[in-house]
Amino acid sequence: MTEVTMTVNGRKVRRDVPDETLLSEFLRESLRLTGTHVGCDTTQCGACVVHVNGAAVKSCSALAVALDGAEVTTIEGLAPNGELHPMQKAFNDNHGLQCGFCTPGMIMTSVDMVEKAKAAGKTLTEAEIRHGLEGNICRCTGYHNIVKAVAQAAQEM
Amino acid sequence: MNVGIGARVKRKEDKRFITGKGKYTDDVRVENQAYAAFVRSPHAHAKVKGIDKSAALAMEGVIDVLDGGQLTGDGIGNIICGWAVTSKDGSPMNMGPWSALATDRVRYVGDAVAVVIAESQALARIAAEAVEVEYEVLPAVASAAKALAAGAPQVHDNAPGNLIFDWEIGDAAATDAALAGAAHVTEISLTNNRLSPNPMEPRSAVAIYDAAEEHYTLYTTSQNPHVARLVLSAFYNVAPEHKLRVIAPDVGGGFGSKIYIYPEEITCLWASMKTGHSVKWTGDRAEAFMTDAHGRDHVSTARIGFDANNRITGFKVDTIANFGAYMSLFSSAVPTYLYATLLSGQYDIANIHANVRAVYTNTVPVDAYRGAGRPEACYLVERIMETAARELGVDPAELRRINFIRAFPHQTPVIMNYDIGDFEANLDQAMAAADVAGFAARKAEAAGRGKLRGLGYSSYIEACGIAPSAAVGSLGAGVGLWESAEVRVNPVGTIEILTGSHSHGQGHETTFAQIVAERFGLPIENVAIVHGDTDKVQFGMGTYGSRSGAVGMSAIVKAMDKVEAKVKKIAAHVLEASEDDIVIEGGEVKVAGTDKAMGWHEVGLAAYTAHNLPPEMEPGLKESAFYDPANFTFPAGTYICEVEVDPETGTVEIVQFTASDDFGTIINPMIVEGQVHGGIAQGVGQALLEQVVYDDDAQLITGSFMDYAMPRADDLPSYNVNHASTICPNNPLGMKGCGEAGAIGSPPAVINAITDAIGNNNLAMPATPLAVWKAIQAAG
Ligand code: FES
Ligand code: FES
Repeated sequence: MTEVTMTVNGRKVRRDVPDETLLSEFLRESLRLTGTHVGCDTTQCGACVVHVNGAAVKSCSALAVALDGAEVTTIEGLAPNGELHPMQKAFNDNHGLQCGFCTPGMIMTSVDMVEKAKAAGKTLTEAEIRHGLEGNICRCTGYHNIVKAVAQAAQEM
Repeated sequence: MNVGIGARVKRKEDKRFITGKGKYTDDVRVENQAYAAFVRSPHAHAKVKGIDKSAALAMEGVIDVLDGGQLTGDGIGNIICGWAVTSKDGSPMNMGPWSALATDRVRYVGDAVAVVIAESQALARIAAEAVEVEYEVLPAVASAAKALAAGAPQVHDNAPGNLIFDWEIGDAAATDAALAGAAHVTEISLTNNRLSPNPMEPRSAVAIYDAAEEHYTLYTTSQNPHVARLVLSAFYNVAPEHKLRVIAPDVGGGFGSKIYIYPEEITCLWASMKTGHSVKWTGDRAEAFMTDAHGRDHVSTARIGFDANNRITGFKVDTIANFGAYMSLFSSAVPTYLYATLLSGQYDIANIHANVRAVYTNTVPVDAYRGAGRPEACYLVERIMETAARELGVDPAELRRINFIRAFPHQTPVIMNYDIGDFEANLDQAMAAADVAGFAARKAEAAGRGKLRGLGYSSYIEACGIAPSAAVGSLGAGVGLWESAEVRVNPVGTIEILTGSHSHGQGHETTFAQIVAERFGLPIENVAIVHGDTDKVQFGMGTYGSRSGAVGMSAIVKAMDKVEAKVKKIAAHVLEASEDDIVIEGGEVKVAGTDKAMGWHEVGLAAYTAHNLPPEMEPGLKESAFYDPANFTFPAGTYICEVEVDPETGTVEIVQFTASDDFGTIINPMIVEGQVHGGIAQGVGQALLEQVVYDDDAQLITGSFMDYAMPRADDLPSYNVNHASTICPNNPLGMKGCGEAGAIGSPPAVINAITDAIGNNNLAMPATPLAVWKAIQAAG
């Protein structure tokens, strides 16, 4: 067991966890933040994406103990004042989700993609959005409406 | 704002999903939680000689290790197939025994032999590794054709030659005669590739046993919790129905694979009783590939005959269907009544005959996956039509047009009675939307860039609204396929709809509320949809086969009819008017042509206060209904795919995908389009990317997302989705169903387009760059 301290969604948390605990398990089991999902065991699906120190990370591929002191934002922390983030709103506006299982990871990846594009002063094309979503699998939507949602949010963010 | 039928209402359920507040089975954690990990066979076929649990049991935190002998010893029944199919010689199908935990023999890689129950998930998995199973490895077979060959390994003792059934439909002699007399016969052999459904949420179960009440609760990833409870009670003897509650909370996609009751759920329930702990199991993706029922896996040859006017005279099909190692719940219906009955396609064909052999192999059980039999039929019909058009030198759209059924109802020679449709309207709409007229110019332009451009059609039909109970009963189904609903009007006038349908992405919380809001003129916020809990909803058959609209919503309409009748009686009594003069409009219950009215909520209150009800009327305002469909429904349409192929690399780009669907009445176009998008993506996945691969020893090669190519955002185009509808005459809303069309209609359109581009008709799915490149080389 190792003690880990993180700031998760703006709150400081401290837990003792086994060294092999993945960040995804830490969030889901230790903190009971079950919005972060686990859809695979080979870091392929992106259902588990959260932000670590401001960048999108597949939480199934990071060890909790390696992230001592990190700032983590999960889907539950994206709308801190209860007002939806433009990306969340865009997914609802454009029917960018069906079963909702891939959605937290999709939204966290998309927010990071748009923020990076903004920082670089770029407008995302459809092809760039599709490329940016390559690490996130959705089995329900066929991506059409997810791509539309990201494009809308990119205008509004 | 209009929120009724036809309105693009944004989904009510989205909020919890986009804020991370969805509640899926793996999110459930209860007191006294223990975790299960399964000991699975690494061999495709073996005898189990012994199980040594001692090392695992010695680990601290391991609660128990349980095996198949204990499970069957406690009277837990074998897993069954619920649809009896009879061979053409009259003999019953050969169903081999399937115990949730294997007793003496394992038959596929992943077959569960024992289960470890431990205090943490990690520990359960480590302990499962420490269980030593002694196997005597037996020869194994993965391919259905090889399993039929003489001397093949025997998967089940009671299925000689691995044949489960040898079934036929249609008139063989008449079809042979029609082909013999045909002016032209086209022949095709093809494989419908084996797929893994891969909903993004892995299967999961949390079983809770209450010893004092002898009562079980199961949270599980199910498309049909009532069916799960029925089967767990009636066949697997886990507990009688009144002692078992099944809850399917938010479910992360199903596509068929979450219809069935798998060994893991049965074992968790039993183990919760055995150990006195609540038992939780969540599969990882490797287990999903290894244990979720696969789809498709047909090998077919077919011959179609045309007369001198290019009209079809006969169609003969021979299919071998791989069932895997055991017969899953609906496995027998898929390559028979859901497949061969659709072989008439959209065409007027007088003579059809199909023979289907169902075969055991040492692979994961195969059952319904989005479309279930209908994609296999559509692929065969639409590939052979395109092939015939090329051989006959007729435009493929024209050949379809010549043969379209134009008068309805139309009785096909393979059971189905098509109630309504306008196939030409869909073809015309798709051709216009796809700008087929401009294709030659686009092809020439692409050629200038060194690219091969091709265009392919698929005019699909499917049977949904499954199904009239008496009809499916006569065909061997073990259950009726009606749906139930209850409409509860509360004293304040808000409404709860309890439905036996289950939403795992389909948006029922929105669309079901829309039909209620429209009917009673209420805001959609005043309507709540309750589903997925056997303690709340009395019964239901669940959601699969695109049935929630045509069957589930019809049940709601029937219950609303009863509510409306009672509301009118109450209002007539209170307002001292004739019942016939009462109208419900805009949230008010009025006497037509007067200013006398009651608010909807006032009627609700009147029903519950019961101070002033008509004589003999019972208090309350709550009605239920069961709806049994009168016929299947027949969604149909035309898809047109346009591709560009790079001849240097074999890479295929879908440059345009156009759909024209006839789904009957559409409640929410936004949601319907979403269903079509997702279905097309799965169909394109089948056509270009996806393939479950076993090696010759029946070892599963594609066991992760690294080996099994799932369609990703940059593999797919945006879709051009259109509707040209005829209204279904057989259900109150005129609905046909939209959930599977995309997956059914799209694969042949894609392959027809690629083969058109490369000038070689001989191309199998998935059309990977290597396969396409080889086909280009072969074409010279
Ligand atoms: S769970 Fe992390 S990538 Fe799939
Ligand atoms: S919405 Fe179901 S996996 Fe994306």
